[in-house]
Amino acid sequence: MRKLTTATAVALGILALGAGAASAEKLTIGLASEPTSLDPHFHNLGPNNAMSVHMFDRLIAQDERQRLSPGLAVSWEPIDDLTWEFKLREGVKFHDGSDFTADDVICTMARAPEVPNSPSGYGTYLKGKEVIKVDDYTVHFRTAEPYPLMGNDISTIPVISELGCNSTTEDFNAGTAAIGTGPFKFQSYTPGESIVLVRNDDYWGEAPIWSEVEFRPITSGPSRVASLLAGDVDMISGVPTTDIETLSGNDDIQLSQGVSNRVIYLHLDQFRENSPYVRANGGGEIVNPLLDVRVRKAISMAINRDAIVERVMEGVARPAGQLLPDGFFGVSDNLEVVAYDPQGARALLTEAGYPDGFELTIHGPNDRYINDAKIAEAIAQMLTRVGIKTAVETMPRSVYFGRASTGSPEGLPEFSFILVGWGAGSGEASSPLKSLIATYDKDAGFGSSNRGRHSDPETDALIQQALRTVNDAERESLLAQATERAIENVAIIPTHFQVNTWAARKGLSYIARTDEYTLAMGVVKE
Amino acid sequence: MTVFVIRRMLQALLVVFLMSVIVFFGVNIVGDPVYMLVSPDADQADIEAAIRRLGLDRPILEQYWLFLKGAAQGDLGDSFIFGEPALKLILHHMPATMELAFSALILAIVIGIPLGLYAGLYPDSRISKGIMAVSIFGFSLPTFWVGLMLIMLFAVELRWVPATGRGDLGSFLGIQSSLFTLDGLSHIFLPALNLALLKISLAIRLTRAGVREAMGQDYVKYARAKGLATRRIILVHVMKNIMIPVVTVMGLEFGSLIGFSVVTETIFAWPGMGKLLIDAILQLDRPVVVAYLMIIVLFFVLINLVVDILYSILDPRVRLQDQGA
Repeated sequence: MRKLTTATAVALGILALGAGAASAEKLTIGLASEPTSLDPHFHNLGPNNAMSVHMFDRLIAQDERQRLSPGLAVSWEPIDDLTWEFKLREGVKFHDGSDFTADDVICTMARAPEVPNSPSGYGTYLKGKEVIKVDDYTVHFRTAEPYPLMGNDISTIPVISELGCNSTTEDFNAGTAAIGTGPFKFQSYTPGESIVLVRNDDYWGEAPIWSEVEFRPITSGPSRVASLLAGDVDMISGVPTTDIETLSGNDDIQLSQGVSNRVIYLHLDQFRENSPYVRANGGGEIVNPLLDVRVRKAISMAINRDAIVERVMEGVARPAGQLLPDGFFGVSDNLEVVAYDPQGARALLTEAGYPDGFELTIHGPNDRYINDAKIAEAIAQMLTRVGIKTAVETMPRSVYFGRASTGSPEGLPEFSFILVGWGAGSGEASSPLKSLIATYDKDAGFGSSNRGRHSDPETDALIQQALRTVNDAERESLLAQATERAIENVAIIPTHFQVNTWAARKGLSYIARTDEYTLAMGVVKE
Repeated sequence: MTVFVIRRMLQALLVVFLMSVIVFFGVNIVGDPVYMLVSPDADQADIEAAIRRLGLDRPILEQYWLFLKGAAQGDLGDSFIFGEPALKLILHHMPATMELAFSALILAIVIGIPLGLYAGLYPDSRISKGIMAVSIFGFSLPTFWVGLMLIMLFAVELRWVPATGRGDLGSFLGIQSSLFTLDGLSHIFLPALNLALLKISLAIRLTRAGVREAMGQDYVKYARAKGLATRRIILVHVMKNIMIPVVTVMGLEFGSLIGFSVVTETIFAWPGMGKLLIDAILQLDRPVVVAYLMIIVLFFVLINLVVDILYSILDPRVRLQDQGA
């Protein structure tokens, strides 16, 4: 009997080996945008963060809908008003075999905001937080005031080893310091050409099905699609909307789509009596009509969101009535997408004293969001139809964002009416509320992207109260209330949520993510 | 001869300096790189810190002075995005572009000159007319469109070669290049052909025009009368005479092959300098754009210098004229 068991065990072992060999599979992904470095703390940028998730776990992971789940920390809780306790996962090893402990967390949090030459670092998320080691597997994060978003902030910081903490960005790019605890290990990196990762067979979580992954940056959309069709790559991100229809009719290709955390919206000048791009009919001076909430409402009602989604976006978007799509933390259940109502819009304009409308210019980028210039044109036509004669001016994002933020002679936002987008990196509603809607306040760091300078004390109070409320249910309700009030006041006009599309060869599909990341872990066989 | 070379070099230096003014100020008045770099989550204080770190809070003249000072020591500034010296980034991407431009030039010469010669010698034959008709397409079709068509035909439909990327590198005589491996050659074929198309047409037309002109000249008639073999007349006497414009134009065109491989590199995801430039322009990575343009200026100036000197060797009249002036 004993013999038999051994034989069975051996047989099973061989089978397991066979299975292991069978899963030695390589995956090649064509990326729409390339990471600028493999140093996970170098540049706080979508493509960089997506790449670093493969090699470097966070204390708290974000799933495909940006909900928080245990990563290198098994739990995180406030133990008093000012202290969060993180319990670390035991028995986790870095790729070089060293143990993961609290020391690695301490040095990670020290390095992340302080990388030399970093274009945009992670200090934003670590400001005002003191990290204390309690024992090898417990750390405390202390703040001066109650801070409910600790989990969201910490989930953005990739954890590196003590070896990495003493290394430069070049060491990471060369691979010698690119040592994390993540599901994939560094293999090679040729900027502009390829990044190759191999499976970490000792991963503490679920091991990936791919033994090797190669990422190739192919920034030109048509070429990316052609590479997929030619079989050079197994999957691509950022499928151009114009190719979606042809690809969906191709039996060899599998499309995966998902709504993103990015809302496309309009900011309206709400702080100047004389707005530079608002004119009376015929071009004369006029008191800025956008200050009147009825005019803002009329503009919102004049926009046919369904038409934008169906015709401009070719169905690949969702009409938006608030700051984040359904299912996100802090989304209001009471808000509907504003219905298209040109008669109502005209009536409101008349009521506000503009029966014949006025002249306006919409400004927007032409290389930042999916079909951005076309959307601006469509909106201009819709507004012109209700009497607001709207001109369109679009420009490259490199010119646009500077002018839209500080382009006027006084260093204020230059434009009157702009098309912009906002991706909620934290995956909940405080992100857009704090940056887009809260009153511009340099010292407090509020309203940093509030380019219309909307300001409403009551909304501000709700946002600030939410940011101090640690209880999740209460905070969620406060965020929803703030959103409702902001939409009621037409602080901004949301038009749609972007939907992202990935395309893979037949037999593969991608678990679409709201944060727009392209992860090898999300590529599954059908 | 020495005076001629020195004079040309001084002129070249002046051109480089003037270009540095135009390039630096031209690039620095457009757009605002800060908003391209900082994460949207950054607050006002973070943004100001980024502006200071990049030195963008300083007056533009001071920025230019710092640039000149660095440039004199071979430092063209650090990339905003990669945090590495711009020159290093460009030099790192240069071999890929050079091998692409070189392959394209070889294709242009190997295909263009024989076809042009044929078309010049037998201008009335059907084949010649066909060659000339096709060369019109080479001139007039936009590179990006032809590139995509090449990919669709050779990579997607026929699956003969890969659509994008650069292949494995091989080493030969200490030089690392994808030209030395089969995989590399299969990757470079399409982009090189795409880049070469216009130059092939150019070479055909130049050679044809030169041959047609030369064939009617007295020295050719004389050589014929003397009983020289047609082969010798064409390959030695005619070719030598028509080579001056061809060498000049091809030399200049090599510069433009390098400088304007941008489109081809973008379409074929070729990791060269052109691709780097496009990305730098889109993200407003000013130091890289400035460094790239300065290097291209230097290239053109050097190539012109070499062509000038080659001229003066090929044709003594050029040298004498210059002395007279």
